[in-house]
Amino acid sequence: MKNLLIIVLLTIGVLSNVKSFAQDNGQKGLEIAELADKADQGFESSEVSLKMILTNKQGQESIRLLENNTLEFLEDGDKSLIVFNSPLDVKGTSTLTFTHKEGSDDQWLYLPAVKRVKRISSDNKSGPFMGSEFAYEDLSSQEVEKYTYKYIKDEVKDGETLQIVERYPVDEKSGYTRQVVWFNKSKAYRIEKIDFYDRKDALLKTLTYENYELYLDKHWRADEMIMTNHQTGKMTRLVFEDYAFKTGLTDQDFSQNSLVRAGR
Amino acid sequence: MKRIFILIAMLSILLTSGYGQNKAFHDFKAEVEIEDRVFLKPGLYEGQHQNYISIAFQPEYSVEWKEGKYSFKTTLFGRIDQHDNHRTHFDIRELYWQGVFNQHEISVGLKEIYWGVTESAHIVNIINQTDVVESFDGEAKMGQPMVHYSLANKLGIFDVFFMPYFRTITFPGEEGRLRTPIVLEGDDFPFESNSGKYHPDVAFRWSNYIGAFDVGLSYFYGNSRQPMIEDIQAFDPLYPLIHQVGLDLQATTGMMLWKYEGIYNNNSIKNFYAMAAGFEYTFGNVGGKGLDIGILGEYLYDGRDELAIGSLQHDIFTGMRLGFNDISDSEILAVAIFDLHYPTKIYSIEGSRRFKETFTIELEGRFFTKSAPEEFLYFIRDDSFLRFAVSKYF
Repeated sequence: MKNLLIIVLLTIGVLSNVKSFAQDNGQKGLEIAELADKADQGFESSEVSLKMILTNKQGQESIRLLENNTLEFLEDGDKSLIVFNSPLDVKGTSTLTFTHKEGSDDQWLYLPAVKRVKRISSDNKSGPFMGSEFAYEDLSSQEVEKYTYKYIKDEVKDGETLQIVERYPVDEKSGYTRQVVWFNKSKAYRIEKIDFYDRKDALLKTLTYENYELYLDKHWRADEMIMTNHQTGKMTRLVFEDYAFKTGLTDQDFSQNSLVRAGR
Repeated sequence: MKRIFILIAMLSILLTSGYGQNKAFHDFKAEVEIEDRVFLKPGLYEGQHQNYISIAFQPEYSVEWKEGKYSFKTTLFGRIDQHDNHRTHFDIRELYWQGVFNQHEISVGLKEIYWGVTESAHIVNIINQTDVVESFDGEAKMGQPMVHYSLANKLGIFDVFFMPYFRTITFPGEEGRLRTPIVLEGDDFPFESNSGKYHPDVAFRWSNYIGAFDVGLSYFYGNSRQPMIEDIQAFDPLYPLIHQVGLDLQATTGMMLWKYEGIYNNNSIKNFYAMAAGFEYTFGNVGGKGLDIGILGEYLYDGRDELAIGSLQHDIFTGMRLGFNDISDSEILAVAIFDLHYPTKIYSIEGSRRFKETFTIELEGRFFTKSAPEEFLYFIRDDSFLRFAVSKYF
C-alpha cells in the first residue's frame, strides 16, 4: 500500500513536470511568434509586384504576374487586394480579403469578363493557389492567433541563432497537421524556412526564403520564396519586385469599388 | 445614336483635361475567338443551317493618370457569323471616363454593371441590355450609356445611375438558330414611353456586407430591358415603362453559400414578382489533389408566366462545378434544369482550359430534350447544339 502510494505520488510528480514542460515550450513558442509579429509591425501599408514561376516535374515553366496591396491593422487582421495580370485570359481578375484574427476571413472575387463581384468562401484554404504549390492559406496574412505553438530547439548557423518552433493550425480546415518554422532570432525573427506536414503527418512541402532585404530599417522581406512539393516533385518560385512601404493606402483603397477598379 | 456621339465628344474633352501632367499608365489587351456551333438536328424554320462558323474580337484599352485618380477605358466587341446576319454584330461594351475623389467615384460613358448572386438566372441585373445572340446564358451584355455616381463608405456602397439612352434587344436573324418562327426585330418593338429610346432612365442601389451576409437593395425606373407581350395571341412585344425593386442576398457560411435574389416589377401590362433562390456548396481540395467539387441547387419563379420571352417560370436548377485548380485552370460546369409544371428539361455542359499560356479552348453543349407547346422553349426544341471555341489573348 505504501509502495503504491509512492508510485502514485511519483507518477503525479512526473506527469505534472511533463505538463509544465509542455506548457513552458508552448509558451516559449507563442512568445517567439509574438516577437516575430511585433518586429514587423508598423509598415502601415505595402505594395509589391509578384512573379510566380510554376515548374513541373519535367522542368517546364509557367509564369503568372500579380500585384498585391496590403493595409496593416493591429487590432484585427490585414486587408489585402490582389490583381492578376497574367495569364492573359484571367487578366484583371482580383481578390479582396479582410483577414480576421479569429474566425473565417471575408473574401470577394472580381470577374472582369462579366463585371461581377462575388463573395467567396475563404474556408477552401488548403487548395492550390492558381495551380501553384502554394495553398491559399500559405499566402494569407499570418496572424499569431491562427496557430498554437511549441518551441523545439535553438540552432546556430553562420553565427546566427535560429529558433525552431512547431505550429499547429487552429482551423481544422487547414491542409496541415503541423508546420515546423525556423525563426531567425539574430535578424528580427524573420522566417528562414517552413516544413509543412500534411493531414497524415507526412512531410508535404518545404518553403525557403531567399535574398532577404531590409526595408525602412525594420521590415525584412525575402525577394524570393521557393516552395518545393516533396510528394509531387513540383516547385513554385515567388519573386517579389519593387517593394514599397507606407504608400499612403487607406481603407478607401480596399472597398468593393476599389476591387472593381483594380480589375480594369 | 447621335447622343452617343455627343457623349463620346464630351468624353474626349474630359479625357484631355489634366492629362499629361503626370505619368500615365496605358494598358492594352485583346481577344480573338474562332467558334463553331453545330446543331444536332436540321432547323424547324426555313433558311436555318446546321453548322455556323464565326469569328469574334474584343480589344480593350485603358489609361490611368494622376496616380489612378482619372482613367479612361474602352472595350469594343465584334462578331462575324457565317450565316446569321443578326449575330454578325458590333458593340461598344465600355467607353467611359472615370474620376475618383476619395470615397466618391464618377463615371461618364458606356459601362457594364453587374448586380446579383444566383447562377441560374440574373433577375436583379437590369442596367445593361442582354446581348442575346452572343450568349445562351444571358451573361453577355451591351454597353449602357450612363452617368454613374458611386459613394463607398462605412455604411456601404451607394450607386446612382442616370441613363439617357436605351439599347434595343437583338434576337437571332432569319438564318439563325435559337429563334421564334417569326424573326423578332427588337429595334422595331414599340415603347410605352413617348420618349422611346431617349426616356431618361434612373436607378439606385445600396449594398453592404455584415459578417457573413452580403446584401443589395436596388430600384430602377425606365424602359424595361426585356420586352413584354401584351396579348399572347397577337404576340406583340413592347418595351413597357417599369418600376422595379430588387433585393439580392448572400450568406457565406463555411463552404456553403446561400443565395436569394428577387424583384417586384410594376408596369402597365402585368405586375409581377420573380425570384431565384438556392445554394452552392463546395467540397474543396478533394483528396488533397486540388480538385474542387461544387454542388448547386436553385429554384426559379417568374410571375409573368407566358407573357415573358424566356423559359424559366417554375423551374429547378441543379448543377455541378468541377474546378481542377491545375496549371491550365481546367473547369467543367454541368447543369440540368427541370420545369415543375411542364415536362421541359434542359441539360448543359461547359468546359474550358488554357493551353500554350495565351490560348483557351471552350466546349459547350446545350440539350433541349423535352418541351411543352405552352412554353417559349418549344420554338427551339430542335436547337440542341455543341459549341467549340478557341481564343487567343494578346
